[in-house]
Amino acid sequence: MPSKKTRILIAKPGLDGHDRGAKFIARTLRDEGYEVIYTGIRQTPEAIVQTAIQEDVDFVGLSLLSGAHNELFPRVVDLLKENGAEDIKVIGGGIIPEEDIPLLKEKGVQAVFGPGTSTEQIVEFIEHGSGR
Amino acid sequence: MDLVDDIRRGEVRAIARAISLIEDLEPEAELLADSLFPHTGRALILGVTGSPGAGKSTLVDRLITLERRSGHKVAVIAIDPSSPFSGGAVLGDRLRMQEHATDPGVFIRSMASRGFLGGVAAATGDVLKVLDAAGYDTIFIETIGVGQTEVKIVELSDIVLLVLMPGMGDEIQAMKAGVMEIGDIFIINKKDMPGADKLLMEVEYVLSFKNPGEDTVTNPIVMTSATNGEGIGLLREAIAAHRTEIARSGKLEQKRRFRLERELMGVLNRKIHQLMDVHIEVSKQLPDWADTLYRRKACPYALINKQIQNFLKEGRGDRTN
Ligand SMILES: Nc1nc2c(ncn2[C@@H]2O[C@H](COP(=O)(O)OP(=O)(O)OP(=O)(O)O)[C@@H](O)[C@H]2O)c(=O)[nH]1
Ligand SMILES: [Mg+2]
Repeated sequence: MPSKKTRILIAKPGLDGHDRGAKFIARTLRDEGYEVIYTGIRQTPEAIVQTAIQEDVDFVGLSLLSGAHNELFPRVVDLLKENGAEDIKVIGGGIIPEEDIPLLKEKGVQAVFGPGTSTEQIVEFIEHGSGR
Repeated sequence: MDLVDDIRRGEVRAIARAISLIEDLEPEAELLADSLFPHTGRALILGVTGSPGAGKSTLVDRLITLERRSGHKVAVIAIDPSSPFSGGAVLGDRLRMQEHATDPGVFIRSMASRGFLGGVAAATGDVLKVLDAAGYDTIFIETIGVGQTEVKIVELSDIVLLVLMPGMGDEIQAMKAGVMEIGDIFIINKKDMPGADKLLMEVEYVLSFKNPGEDTVTNPIVMTSATNGEGIGLLREAIAAHRTEIARSGKLEQKRRFRLERELMGVLNRKIHQLMDVHIEVSKQLPDWADTLYRRKACPYALINKQIQNFLKEGRGDRTN
C-alpha cells in the first residue's frame, strides 16, 4: 500500500519581510492535499537548497516581492544542480514583471505564477507539469 | 544495498530519500530498515512534547546549538498533524531552527502524521533507524502533546522532555489527564512570562504523587526562556545527568528492551492484519459480514472464529508448497 505524497517547500529568499502571500499559498496547497514545509522569511539560497534536500521535496516554491528574483531564483536552481538535486523543480511566485519570465525560465525556473494565479493553475502544474 | 552504504556515510540526499521511502510505505522500506538495524543503537533519542506553542521548536533550536558546540551531530524529526480533511499539512516547526539549515552536522526533517495504522510510531521508528545508522549522536523528536502521538513518543525516546508554559489554564487539566506521566524531564518554558512560579509549584505538587517509591529516578524540573536562551545550559546539564543516571540504574537498557518488544508487537500486528487481508479479504468482505450480522444470520464471534479456522487450514496447505 505505497502512498506517495507530494512535498513542497515554500520559501522566501531576499530581504522583504512580508510573508502573508507565502503563508496563504502554503495553506492553499495543504488544502489541496500536499505536504508543505514552510521556513519563513529572509532565507538564503543556500539554506533553501539544503532544506529542500533534507526534506526531500518535489518542488520548491520561491516567493519574492523585493525585485531580486533575477539573481535569487536562478541561484537556487544552480545550487540544487551543484548538490545533485536538479530533479527538484523550482517555481517562482510573487511580484514578477512579465518581461522577466522568459529569462527566468531559460535559467531553469519551471514556472512563474503572478498574483492573479488561480489555485487550479498551480495544482495543474504540480500534477502535470503544465501551466505557465 | 547501495542506499545503506550511502546512509552510513552520512550522505544527506540518501538519508532524505530513505526517509521518504519509509514514509511512503514503499515495499523496499522493510528491507532497508532491516539492513540498517545492525548499525543502530548508538544515538541518544530525546522526545520533546507539550502543548501547542509551548516553545518546543525554539528549545530544540537552542539545544542544537549546544550539542554542536560539543561536536555532536544532531538530527531532528518534527511531526505535525495531517489535515483530516485534505490529507495535506503545513509543517512549520523547522522555521525556528533555520539558523542550522546549512550546518552539515545538522539534519532536520518535518513529518506529517498521515494517520498511519498503528500511529506515527511505526514509520517514525524506522526513520529513527536511518538517522541513527547515519551517525547522528543526538536525535530530537518533536510532537504536540495531544492526540495519539504523545503516547508513542514515550515508546520511541530514551528521555522525554515535557514542555509546559504558564498562563494556559488547562495545564493542570492536562496533568490530571495523565500527560504528566510521560515526562522524564519537565520544562517550564516562557519563565519570562507571568505565572511561571505558580506553574512550578503546581508541577512540583503533581510530581510529588508520581512514582512515590524510593528507588525511582527523580524527575528534574527546569525553568527556561527559550527565546532569550535562559536556562538552556541548565536544561542540557539536566539531560546529561538524567542520561547518566538512567544508564547507571539500568533504566535506559530496560527502556530500550521494552521499545524493541513494542516494535515487534507492532510489526506482528501489522503483518497479521496484512495476511488476513490477503487471505480472507477482510476489507472486501467486511460489508457482507456486517450484512449477515445485521440480518441476525450470524454472530460476531462465531463468524470470525470460522474465518480464522479456514485461514489456519489454508495456511497448513501453503506450507507444503
Ligand atoms: N515569551 C516567550 N516566548 C517564547 C519562549 N519560547 C518560545 N516562545 C514563543 O512562543 C511561540 C511558539 O514557539 P515554538 O517554539 O514555535 O513553540 P512549539 O511548541 O514548537 O509550537 P508548535 O510546534 O506549533 O506546537 C513563538 O512565538 C516563540 O517565539 C519563551 O521562553 N518566552
Ligand atoms: Mg514546534
